[in-house]
Amino acid sequence: MTQTSTTPKHPLAIRWFHWLNFPILSLMIWSGMIIYWANDAYFQFPEWFYEKAHLSFRLAEGMSYHFMLMWLFAVNGILYVSYTLISGEWRELIPGRDALSQAFQVVLHDLGIRKEPLPPAKFNAAQQIAYTGVVLMGLGSLLSGLAIYRPIQLSFLTALFGGYSNARFIHFLLTIGYVGFFGMHIVQVIRAGWANFQAMVTGHE
Amino acid sequence: MSNNRRAFLKFGLAGAAVIAGLNQLLKVSPHEFNERLTRSLLGARREAKVYPRDRARTPRANGSAGLEEEFDPKDWALKIEAPDVSSRSISIEEVKSLPRVEMTTELMCVEGWSEIVHWTGTPLSNIAPPQAPEYVSLTTPDEVYYVGLDRESALHPQTLLAWEMNGAPLTSEHGAPLRLVIPVKYGIKSIKRIGSIRFTAERPSDYWAERGYDWYSGL
Repeated sequence: MTQTSTTPKHPLAIRWFHWLNFPILSLMIWSGMIIYWANDAYFQFPEWFYEKAHLSFRLAEGMSYHFMLMWLFAVNGILYVSYTLISGEWRELIPGRDALSQAFQVVLHDLGIRKEPLPPAKFNAAQQIAYTGVVLMGLGSLLSGLAIYRPIQLSFLTALFGGYSNARFIHFLLTIGYVGFFGMHIVQVIRAGWANFQAMVTGHE
Repeated sequence: MSNNRRAFLKFGLAGAAVIAGLNQLLKVSPHEFNERLTRSLLGARREAKVYPRDRARTPRANGSAGLEEEFDPKDWALKIEAPDVSSRSISIEEVKSLPRVEMTTELMCVEGWSEIVHWTGTPLSNIAPPQAPEYVSLTTPDEVYYVGLDRESALHPQTLLAWEMNGAPLTSEHGAPLRLVIPVKYGIKSIKRIGSIRFTAERPSDYWAERGYDWYSGL
């Protein structure tokens, strides 16, 4: 930590969007779980889990939290995407034509099978796919969320997701997807080491 | 202090402020803001999708508040109140003589499940006064359960006073002799065993809104 790190990596705006999204999305998942408890149609978490996590019998609260935080989640996401578009940061983030095969090389590398170093880039192909994918998931959550929030007045959206029940199921699946993303993200951040993590706080690596 | 240390300190302070801000925000109910916004943008203008009749199923009989009193449907009459007119009572035969509508729509419960149901009834708008005030209040005969509706949703063409479900007279647990069916709202607004309907300029109290749910509950 004593070395002077001066290579700029993440702009201030990106760091704010990232770190705001973390508590907001966590609280969205938490309040979503409170809502899900009232009709746990797709997967039944064990009773002790609902109780230990204080998720039971709080539907009204859960809906209230969810319908408050949805604004922050949406606005933060829209600002993030707009920023990447305007700043040109999107060029680093959108997967290129060979992204899939390159991402496969990244997986081989991360598993220690491929020994040669990866080509230098701000984000490797696997990261590009993950970070672009999770933003598309966010869009999916926003739209499927609206589809179950106002299923009659926004019936075109509800129809797009295959009806009310399907839209609710997709909304749930996307949440499971975030949990998966989060798990992999933490593993990779630990593997990448301190300087990489520091860059998301200070902006410099 | 190194630049790094300063940056981490700022991060910690900003993080604490964000957490405190979110914590405060969660104490505020979003319902009124969301209602104002979605009522002006969307309202209850569209009609709910209608399904083929053979898709209809029997929904769960959630909610018995207002249905527990000993009750003889023969003594039942619907009390209707509106400003500047004396209140009147109409019998179930009079209700059934109003223009009859059948529809198959999706009943959406605030709990998150839904069921397609076929209903027979008459639009609530058929008993509304010509210049209906802004709100409608409906209560059970024992006044234990009560819902408040905005005029636009109450007078929506699919908002029915219903006496049949899936081709059979309503059972007691589904709200005999007359219940509300309002597809543009969560099922909590579809009050069973209606005792009285009051057209009013004041926003009526609502059983579930008093328990933290969205008063508007529009879909």
